[in-house]
Amino acid sequence: MNVTYPTASFRQNATPPAASVPLLRVQNLNVSFGPAHSRRDVVKSVSFTVEEGRCVAIVGESGSGKSVTARTLVGLTGARSHVQADRLTFQGKSIDHLGDTEWRALRGKGIGFVLQDALVSLDPLRPVGKEIGEALTVHRAIRTGGELTERVVELLKLVGVPEPAVKARQLPHELSGGQRQRALIATAIALDPALLIADEPTTALDVTIQAQILDLLGETRERGKAVILISHNLAVVSQMADEVIVMRHGEIVEHGSSEQIFGNPRHDYTRSLLKAIPSVRSRGSRLSSSKAPRFISAERDVTKALAQSDIAQRSRPLLEAEGLVKHFRGPDGKLRTVVNDVSFRLGHGETLGIVGESGSGKTTVARMALALERPDLGEVTLEGALWTAATEKERRQRRSDISVIYQDPLSSFDPRWSIERVIDDALARRRGDPLDRASRRSEVSELLDLVGLSSSFRNRRPLELSGGQRQRVAIARAIAPRPKIIVCDEPVAALDVSIQAQILDLLGDLKSHLRVSYLFISHDLGVVHHLSDRVLVMNHGVAVEAGGADDVFLRPRQPYTRKLVAAVPQLRFQAA
Amino acid sequence: MNAAKMIGHQSLWLARRLLSGVIVVWAAATFTFFVQFLMPGERAQIIFNANSGNVGEIPRDQLLAINAKYGFDQPVIVQYGRYIRDVMHGDLGQSYVQYQPVTDLIGRQIGPTIALAFAAVLTAWIITITTTVLFAGRDNIWSKALGGLQVFLATLPPYWLATILLVVFAIQLRLFPVVGGNTLMGLVLPTIALALEIYGFLGQAVLSEFTRVLDQPFITSSRMRGTGDLGIRLRHALRHAALPGITLSGWIIGKLLSGAVLIEAVFGRQGLGGVLVAATSTRDVPVVSGVILVSAALFVATSLFVDLTVQLIDPRMKEA
Repeated sequence: MNVTYPTASFRQNATPPAASVPLLRVQNLNVSFGPAHSRRDVVKSVSFTVEEGRCVAIVGESGSGKSVTARTLVGLTGARSHVQADRLTFQGKSIDHLGDTEWRALRGKGIGFVLQDALVSLDPLRPVGKEIGEALTVHRAIRTGGELTERVVELLKLVGVPEPAVKARQLPHELSGGQRQRALIATAIALDPALLIADEPTTALDVTIQAQILDLLGETRERGKAVILISHNLAVVSQMADEVIVMRHGEIVEHGSSEQIFGNPRHDYTRSLLKAIPSVRSRGSRLSSSKAPRFISAERDVTKALAQSDIAQRSRPLLEAEGLVKHFRGPDGKLRTVVNDVSFRLGHGETLGIVGESGSGKTTVARMALALERPDLGEVTLEGALWTAATEKERRQRRSDISVIYQDPLSSFDPRWSIERVIDDALARRRGDPLDRASRRSEVSELLDLVGLSSSFRNRRPLELSGGQRQRVAIARAIAPRPKIIVCDEPVAALDVSIQAQILDLLGDLKSHLRVSYLFISHDLGVVHHLSDRVLVMNHGVAVEAGGADDVFLRPRQPYTRKLVAAVPQLRFQAA
Repeated sequence: MNAAKMIGHQSLWLARRLLSGVIVVWAAATFTFFVQFLMPGERAQIIFNANSGNVGEIPRDQLLAINAKYGFDQPVIVQYGRYIRDVMHGDLGQSYVQYQPVTDLIGRQIGPTIALAFAAVLTAWIITITTTVLFAGRDNIWSKALGGLQVFLATLPPYWLATILLVVFAIQLRLFPVVGGNTLMGLVLPTIALALEIYGFLGQAVLSEFTRVLDQPFITSSRMRGTGDLGIRLRHALRHAALPGITLSGWIIGKLLSGAVLIEAVFGRQGLGGVLVAATSTRDVPVVSGVILVSAALFVATSLFVDLTVQLIDPRMKEA
């Protein structure tokens, strides 16, 4: 980027602290929530320092206390929190027990903070320029309106937003995801704070955009600013951080240089996190420490099912899509081509991965495969018979042949139904031999066992379960009608790496034991590569490249695929 | 979307809204016209009774004369056509009872009604904004008390509150006139009585949205920039919280135009509500139809105004 930073005028006047004093020092930090009699410790004896110009990453899974630790540094842990530390200093001054006015003076000016997902982190009703301007005006860094507008445009230009003067007057939803995140970063660096904290700054973004945002954060560090990067994505962290802090259950389990953490992890937890990342290396191996289950009951069922099925029929593709085209009308009334001439085949026992960035049309393809959406042109056939072109009445009895697992199972469960009822409902739709009540009951137990949940889950409700447990129930529901195909639409996108690893392992186990085929949709190239036999890459509704998973990801032929593969952050320092 | 296209988009939307408004008013006119045939009794009888001041059976010759004069002897469809034509020319007919054009009758009463409705809604908004900004989402007793007060006010019968206000402030303390007429001082007590009831509903809608918005990430994001609490409340949360309140206000104003009868009665005020009640009890059909028609037109205008205001505050609505 060839824009110079418009700093000099609003850089802080404070003299830089002596070299011996780190920019930030946290010593024995403890944070708890709730009233005195039932206090919940979320951060336990955490100590670390951050030097100027360094990037320190805090990694951990949800509930590890990483975000709370960061929020402590700007005094925004919430009204019902108790913060206690032996020492909490920033630029040599104690920031322990600050009053509201002192905190406000520090926020934005001394420490900038970037939250994840700018769509909800920028006020949807205010132009983005106003949000950036707010950072300048609350600290009275700017006096006149003209100067303010000028500065806002400069800042947007600095973070690489095209047409900054136009974008400054637009609302967040009128900007692309990447531009929004850039604008949010502009609000945080408007006053050139000495420390920038970024909490999952790239989580909601596509890989290519993620790479750009990481570059932007890297530039901030190169200007001599310190960065605290909070992320669950270890590859992202390995690209950026000088030092890494691994947190679990509110405690630091390991703290070291990036080289040490990624090259020679000492703690078991760090090692398990690294092992859980799906990638080209992990193909064919298990990601989690769970053992492959025995599947006694399932095996019996499958053998029975196989015996019944026609061998000749199995040589044909199971699902075949031919020249799919789908248009949608946009808010401006214009017709947009969401899917343009996409064809694919899915064979028996095969996994076809569909990758693409948001808006590539991959979910629309999945919906057409499920015949939930009728293609404008082309058609999908299921086992050689009409599928999208059939009537809904004809499809209904064959619907049990094709199941689906979504990213967020919670919204696909009736929150008032027990887990037993959720699965039982799916069992009742099983074709062929109808089950009576008693055998359905025992079948529910078997299915829960199959997905690694105990029978005690049958009476629970979806809201009482964790994300990973919900996804297991969703899988049990999907396999209950004995489908031949399961469409998985971003099934692990909302899960922590270690949970993601367990779910991916489970899907792998089920595939080999139930001999189902997966149509596996994800934006995560590592996940797709780990699980898929063949891959289809989509961009702007077009199938850009298709082929064997290794061919596509290791030897991409199309420029777009190459760009996509190159943008995926790789784990650095890793021992071969 | 470029600016020119946006404006084209916007005027198309406005044209569509105006057309649907005209259809609503036409439907109201048609409805009231045909409903009069469901009312018991000959129209001529009603007119005769009003003219003669007694309730005897109308003589045959009088019946024919009145029917001929008002055109009741024509086929219904001709009467309907004539009525719609008159309405389009701004003529709502003659009152059977008061011997004057309905437009004059309504014209005299509509001013006080609109004044009261807008004064009450405006006052309710002032109370809503003040109490919400001061107390909403705070972890203290006032915040909890506010919610309780709103529920209490919403359930309170407004005419009861009006009577209390009248007795205390007008009769005992003599601060305001007992029968205010159309004076500014006379507007104060009925406005307060109505505003407190409206505040009960409006305040709840705004308060709950305000509290919800305070937990949103963009609020946290703004705090992390160093924005103070008042700035958060005024610059960010209030705009969001105002939206459901504005939608609700449209409905409230529409309701007040013909529904403030009891309050008007307590304070001896003129108003559309009173006209409607009197006309209904004397079966003065043209006046009843006229009031309904004018209310419908005002309702259409208010809801258009409400939608435009919502779009001004939340420009995302323009695209919907």
